Amino acid sequence: MVDLRTEVAGVRLRNPTMLASGFLDETGGSMARVYEAGAGAVVTKSIGPQPREGYPNPTIVELDAGLLNAVGLPNPGIVEYEQEVKRARAAGAVVIGSVFGKDADEYATVAAKMATYGVKAIELNLSCPHAKGLGTEIAQHEDAVQEFTRAVKDVVSLPVFPKLSPNVQDITTFAVAAEKGGADGIVAINTLKAMAITPELKMPSLANRFGGLSGPALRPIGVRAVYDICEKVHIPVIGVGGIGSGRDALEYIMAGASAVQVGTAIISKGLGVFNEITKEMASLLEDAGFRSVPEAIGVAHA
Amino acid sequence: MPRIQVVPLLEVVRETPTTMTYRFRADLGGQPGQFLMVWIPRYDELPMALSYLGAVKGITVRDYGDATHMLAAFNAGDRIGIRGPYGNVFRLQGEKVLAVGGGSGTASMIAAIESFAQQGARVVTAVGAKAANELLFVERANASGEVHIATDDGSRGFKGFVPALAEKLVEREKFDQILTCGPERMMKAVVDLARKRGIPVQASLERYMKCGIGICDACSLDDQLVCVDGPIFTAEQLEGSEDFGHFRRDKSGRRVAA
Repeated sequence: MVDLRTEVAGVRLRNPTMLASGFLDETGGSMARVYEAGAGAVVTKSIGPQPREGYPNPTIVELDAGLLNAVGLPNPGIVEYEQEVKRARAAGAVVIGSVFGKDADEYATVAAKMATYGVKAIELNLSCPHAKGLGTEIAQHEDAVQEFTRAVKDVVSLPVFPKLSPNVQDITTFAVAAEKGGADGIVAINTLKAMAITPELKMPSLANRFGGLSGPALRPIGVRAVYDICEKVHIPVIGVGGIGSGRDALEYIMAGASAVQVGTAIISKGLGVFNEITKEMASLLEDAGFRSVPEAIGVAHA
Repeated sequence: MPRIQVVPLLEVVRETPTTMTYRFRADLGGQPGQFLMVWIPRYDELPMALSYLGAVKGITVRDYGDATHMLAAFNAGDRIGIRGPYGNVFRLQGEKVLAVGGGSGTASMIAAIESFAQQGARVVTAVGAKAANELLFVERANASGEVHIATDDGSRGFKGFVPALAEKLVEREKFDQILTCGPERMMKAVVDLARKRGIPVQASLERYMKCGIGICDACSLDDQLVCVDGPIFTAEQLEGSEDFGHFRRDKSGRRVAA
């Protein structure tokens, strides 16, 4: 029997799968359900200081390549969100709180509040590709990533995981900046900036015109990013992008990820995807002679 | 293959002063109770129940907000985007069915009313509206069985709310199941009535949606999703719900009064 338990910067997980931010995580009821369906942890929707409606519809488009979205960071605001985290925690869920803001102060303020709700770690959404004027866009610079990470580290005693964008020249320099800012781990990657056009209407398919691409097309890009990041930093990495099977997850783990996040695959596979991934991962690890997940982390670097 | 089809409207029919039916040809299946995500280009994308199945499909929409108001100005030849069908399906149980519709809610049930009648069931429909001129699909329901009417102002039929009319009907006749769609507090009254009488009930719920495919969490009802677990729920599924009849989520995800 392979031991699927793993640990990221002190956050203990029953298995290496997490719900990726932005999927079924606006409400406590849904997060509880995802955890009960087998996820090792759930990452919340990215929460900001104030309620925010997000963009008008259409906010998602399904493509052969994956899912294109520009939802625009809708969220009920950090104050109201307390009841959702409590509802998820009441079901026993391991919750990681994702936050965003317009500057370092806002990130710190929201993260400090989120920390009081009983989350096990803070994820910093530094990389949403389609929200104007928020830190997600500002954080296109390494020094901003370092500054925002430091600002949050200064006010919370929980592990802090900046989530990085692939829409940059070299993602590893951002990972190094996050590490310098005191990050306890890195989440890579967020969606890839993209667009679809509906020819019959001669207009972009999303109301926001462009958005972020997720799903299978992202996997080789994410695996490469995780592999390269792991060569440059000494903190754990959480891999995300196009994971829908145990084999997909193992690619990330062998590239160096300590855990993985799953989102878009829920559309085609439902919430059973978490159990499906962990079962397949266990079987593949066993076949390859591994007894635990940590033994397999980063083995592709050898 | 894109999941969105862009289709020209073949016909736009005014059903009531506030409600229009839009017909279009689309090869995408669809069963009674299911819905489409309908893109009104430049304005919005909204979930809308199929009010006509078959080759020439239809949606029937009340003009209640900015986007539906824009849609009301669309004519034959104008194009909309559609994706779906999404959601679960009304199921026929037994031989005698009571359908209870309020306002534009009958639009979500009319395909089931017709389908159940074609399968040989006796279908009694209680149609409610604020006033006589807002009654929807009375003739179509009548062609599939028996129709009873309730108006808030008494301008036609029973004066009062449609759940009170439904209560009279279940006192008079034994039904094997009840279908309902309409304002949520109305449906709650119907579900409570059905539960009290021990009659199985299917209620078609409505929520704001962004994705329609089970990821955005905007349509959550307790820990259920109206888009993929619903839109049709049984009394058992709604039993103990804190949200049904009380709360919905606004666009930011805040829990607000339904």
